[in-house]
Amino acid sequence: MYVTPEGKEIFVLDGHTHFWDGSPENQKNIHGKQFIECFYAYHTNLSPKDQLWAKAKFEKYTEADLYNDLFIDGPDDMAILNSTYLKDFYKNGFNTIERNATVAKKYPNRFIVNGSFDPRDGEKALEYIHFMKETYDIKGVKMYTAEWNGNSKGWKLNDPAAYKCFELCDKLGIKNIHVHKGPTIIPLNKDAFDVHDVDYAATDFQNLNWIIEHCGLPRLDDFCWIATQETNVYGGLAVALPFIHSRPRYFGEVIAELLWWIGPEKILFGSDYAIWTPKWLVEKLWAYQIPEDISAERGGVQLTDEIKEKILGLNAARLYNIDVAARKAEFSAHPMSIAAE
Amino acid sequence: MTAPHLDDAQLNQVWARLDLVMDPELDEPVTDMGFIEAVSINWPQAQNSSTVHISFRLPTYWCSPNFAFLMAADIKRQVEILPWVGQAVVTLQDHMAADEMNAAINSGASFGTVFEGLHPGENLEALREKFDIKAFQRRQEVVIKALIAMGFLPAEITAMPRGLLDAIALDDPENARQKARYLAILSDKQLALTAADPAFPTWQGTPIADYPLYMGLLRSVRINMEFSGSLCRGLKQSRYQQADLSGPVPVLVTHDSHACR
Repeated sequence: MYVTPEGKEIFVLDGHTHFWDGSPENQKNIHGKQFIECFYAYHTNLSPKDQLWAKAKFEKYTEADLYNDLFIDGPDDMAILNSTYLKDFYKNGFNTIERNATVAKKYPNRFIVNGSFDPRDGEKALEYIHFMKETYDIKGVKMYTAEWNGNSKGWKLNDPAAYKCFELCDKLGIKNIHVHKGPTIIPLNKDAFDVHDVDYAATDFQNLNWIIEHCGLPRLDDFCWIATQETNVYGGLAVALPFIHSRPRYFGEVIAELLWWIGPEKILFGSDYAIWTPKWLVEKLWAYQIPEDISAERGGVQLTDEIKEKILGLNAARLYNIDVAARKAEFSAHPMSIAAE
Repeated sequence: MTAPHLDDAQLNQVWARLDLVMDPELDEPVTDMGFIEAVSINWPQAQNSSTVHISFRLPTYWCSPNFAFLMAADIKRQVEILPWVGQAVVTLQDHMAADEMNAAINSGASFGTVFEGLHPGENLEALREKFDIKAFQRRQEVVIKALIAMGFLPAEITAMPRGLLDAIALDDPENARQKARYLAILSDKQLALTAADPAFPTWQGTPIADYPLYMGLLRSVRINMEFSGSLCRGLKQSRYQQADLSGPVPVLVTHDSHACR
C-alpha cells in the first residue's frame, strides 16, 4: 500500500519483479557472468545513489530481501514474479518457476507467479504449458523472443509453433502474455527489437492480453502505433520509469507519448526488481508532473492522481481479475510483518 | 598506453580520424561515447607502413554485432586514410562475438560471411541507410526547435532557403554543433546543395507538407535515439563499476583493471 503525502491509500500491483540467482556459484559460463554484470550496470546507472546495492547482494538476494523491499519497506501490495530460465547461462536457471513458486507459497495472495516457455521446443513446450497450469495454476507467461535456442537466435510471436502455444494458453485460461521487447540484454538477432510480430499475434488472439514490457523501447513509435490499433495490447513501464530520476524530462516525453497514443488504461507499473526497488519509483511517480511544454506538444496530457492510481495497480488488477477492494480489506486485516517467517 | 618516443602529432591525427566515426545507432562520435580504449602506433616505421592498433569496448557484452561491425569497419577505414598508416588493426574487447568480429574486420571478410548464423541475410548497407535517415532527422529536429525558440514560424522554416540557414548563428553550443552536422549531412546526401535549395526537406527530398505531423515523427525518432543514447552512455560508464557501501554515502568504484579509460 502506498500512502500519498495527502494520506490517500493507493493499491500497488508491481507488474514486473524477479527473484533470481545470478551468483558466481550458479553461473555456468562467461555469458552468465556478463548477463548479471549487465543487469548490475543498469542498476548502478539508473538508481539514485542512496539506493545502490553491493554487487554480491545484487547477484543473489534472500527471500527476506525480496519480501522487505517489495512489501515492508516498499509500497507493493502485490507483485508479479516473472520466470526467466536462461539454463544455458546458469546451472540451476536464473529465476525458474519453481524458485518463484516456492517463495510465493510462503506469502499467500501477495505474488502472481508467471511461467515461461519456448515455442521452439515444439511438443515439449505444449506439455510444459499443461504442466505449469496444473502445477502452479498460472494466469500469465513471460516471453523472450530474442533468446537463443540451439541454432536459432530468436523467434517471432507469429511463428506457427508459437501460435500452437498461444492457442493452448487461450484454451487453458492463461490470459496474460508478457513479452520482453526492450533494450539488448541477451544475445539478440537483428529483429529482436522489432515489435511488429505483436500486431499479428494480438489480432489473431483477441482473448489474450499482450503486455509489452519496456514499451518496445527503443521502438516506442512502433509500439504506440500497434497498441493504439489493438485493444488488447498494453505497455509495461519497467526500464522506462527509472529515467524519472536521472532524466525526468525524458521520462516526461515517454509518458506523454504513451498517454497520448495508448491512453491511461493500458499502462502498467513495474519496478523490474531487483534491478530497481519499488519504493523510490512509486514515490517519484506520485510526485511527478509532465513538464508543460512537453504536455502541450501532446494535446495537454497530464499524469493526474486518478491516472497514476490506474498505472500503479488498477490496470494490472483488471488483467489478472484481482478484486482490489477485497484484497485491500484482507491485507489491512493481516498486515505484513517481519515475523511472517 | 603510449610509448615515450611516440609522435604526439600522429597520435592526435589518429584521434581526429576517430572523432569522425559515429555510433550508427546514436549518431554520436565513438570518441565522445568513450568507446575507444587505447590507441598505439608502432614506431619508427618504414615509409607509409606504420601499423596503428585501436582497441574499443562497447557498453555491454551483448551490444548488437551488426552495430559493432559497422563501427569497427569505420574505425579501420578512417584511420587508414592517413597517408603514413599502412594498416589499422582494430580490436573489439569484451564482447560476445569479439573473436569472430576481430578476425573478420582485420581480414577484410564481409559481415555476412562471418555472421550468417546470427544475422541471416543481413544487409549492412540497408542498415547504414536506416541509421543515416535517423541521424538526418535527429539533427534536423534540433535545428528546427532552435529556430522556433528564436521566434521563427513553422511556415518560415519550411520555406527557408539553405543560404539563410547558413547565415543564422545559434548561440547554444549543442545547437550550433548539431546545425553544423545538419548542414554536413544536407551536403553529403545532396539534399540541399545551393543557397537557394530549401534548408528543411524531408529525407525523400520533398517539402514538409504537414508540419505538426512531421514534427511528431521527428520527436519519436529522437525519443528512441535518446533512450539508446543515454542507456549506452550510462552503461559504458557503469560497466565494471561496483557500489562501495562502506562510507556514509554509496560511491561507485571501478573494479576491473582493464576498464582504463
